[in-house]
Amino acid sequence: MEMMDTGKGGGKQKKMTVRVDFTPMVDMLMLLITFFMLCTSLSKPSTMELTMPSNDKTQKEDQKNEAKESHSITIYIADGDKIFYGNGKPEYDNANWLKPADWSNTSKGIRYVLQHKQVGDPSTGEAISIPYKDMDIAVKQLNRKKAENPKAYPDSIYQAEIASIKGGMIDGKKVSTMTVIIKPTDHASYRHLVDILDEMQISYIGTYVIDKLTDQDKALLAKKGIKA
Amino acid sequence: MGKVKVKKNDTFIDMTPMSDVMTLLLTFFMLTSTFVKNEPVKVNTPGSVSETKVPENGVLTILVSPEKGPTGKPTGEGQVFMSYDNTNELGQIVGNMGITLTPAQKKTFVAESTFGTPLDKLAAYLSKPAAERSKELPKMGIPLDSIQGQEMTEFQQWVNAARQVNPKVRLAIKSDADSPYGTVKKVMSELQDMDESHYYMITQLDAKKAAQAANK
Repeated sequence: MEMMDTGKGGGKQKKMTVRVDFTPMVDMLMLLITFFMLCTSLSKPSTMELTMPSNDKTQKEDQKNEAKESHSITIYIADGDKIFYGNGKPEYDNANWLKPADWSNTSKGIRYVLQHKQVGDPSTGEAISIPYKDMDIAVKQLNRKKAENPKAYPDSIYQAEIASIKGGMIDGKKVSTMTVIIKPTDHASYRHLVDILDEMQISYIGTYVIDKLTDQDKALLAKKGIKA
Repeated sequence: MGKVKVKKNDTFIDMTPMSDVMTLLLTFFMLTSTFVKNEPVKVNTPGSVSETKVPENGVLTILVSPEKGPTGKPTGEGQVFMSYDNTNELGQIVGNMGITLTPAQKKTFVAESTFGTPLDKLAAYLSKPAAERSKELPKMGIPLDSIQGQEMTEFQQWVNAARQVNPKVRLAIKSDADSPYGTVKKVMSELQDMDESHYYMITQLDAKKAAQAANK
């Protein structure tokens, strides 16, 4: 009301104080913030893309990709934290073919196994190599190039480069890759399925498949005391 | 000494900066957050190093619950629920399922974030009051078993209906970290049977694991 009176009459202009009480506004904002904090989730969930082989029985045998036996590794995920692996062609009558591993980051861990897996067969003249080593060097090189010139490597190009490295193409040369066959038992926890898929990503393995356990696999696991 | 007149204290606190901060916070929350969906079962997704985000729209989320037995151990008989993010298309999906719903029932169905009742019980379920519905839903689930004389299981019928409405529908499996692979396998093999072999697995970013992997 004060300001109304002083405005007229040409008197000395009084300094006006327009103080608005913000307390109700703050009250309301607090309420709204509380509501948003309680009813929303901040982080969007991440996701993994997975492509399973088709069950289509009409697919011809010759269309299927046969992985070289010396390049493959079979991983069995059992209940609890148990995990086993076997190199190359499954030897169903040899219980020692199945080797135990664990989820740790040590030399007994499955990551160590995957990153030190040798492929190649000297008997056919193919040189022995460790796919992870080749790819690690290539990816590090790519990362360095990206760090030097980030504009030349937007996400789409970077991902495509990573995919081609995983596919075994490094600087236009073909290097050996390995194939991982993942066989989770029914009692394996879903967490470990995700874990093993993570390992594929960490160790730059582009070719892997989640397969069903056959009766032979089950018999083999039974020899190790695993109920599948 | 003169008499000191006690000055009346003015306790007016300026709330403007506070209100500024509040507005800022509010804007932040409004822009960055997404609303929590009301899910019938609590699902704790496993941690992963994957940083890919779930696609924005057209996602049919398949929720696999870790059904636990009396001892608290997973029984392997997990229930399956679904949710779809586009309510318009969801209405069409339920229209394709070959069941008759009254307009009121359909409205309830579309308004619910997650569905997962056997088809024959759906109409009766939707007529119930909301409180009863939220109590009953966790006990149900979409049946995965095939019924005699029917080509597709109910689960496959739902996926198929979604595929008809939106041919580009993407499937996301959201399963609990502790649920046994056997349950997830059942869902996956049903999807494989209908030639749906590409899907997303919902995880949450595990920063510790990612850092460990980066150091190697």
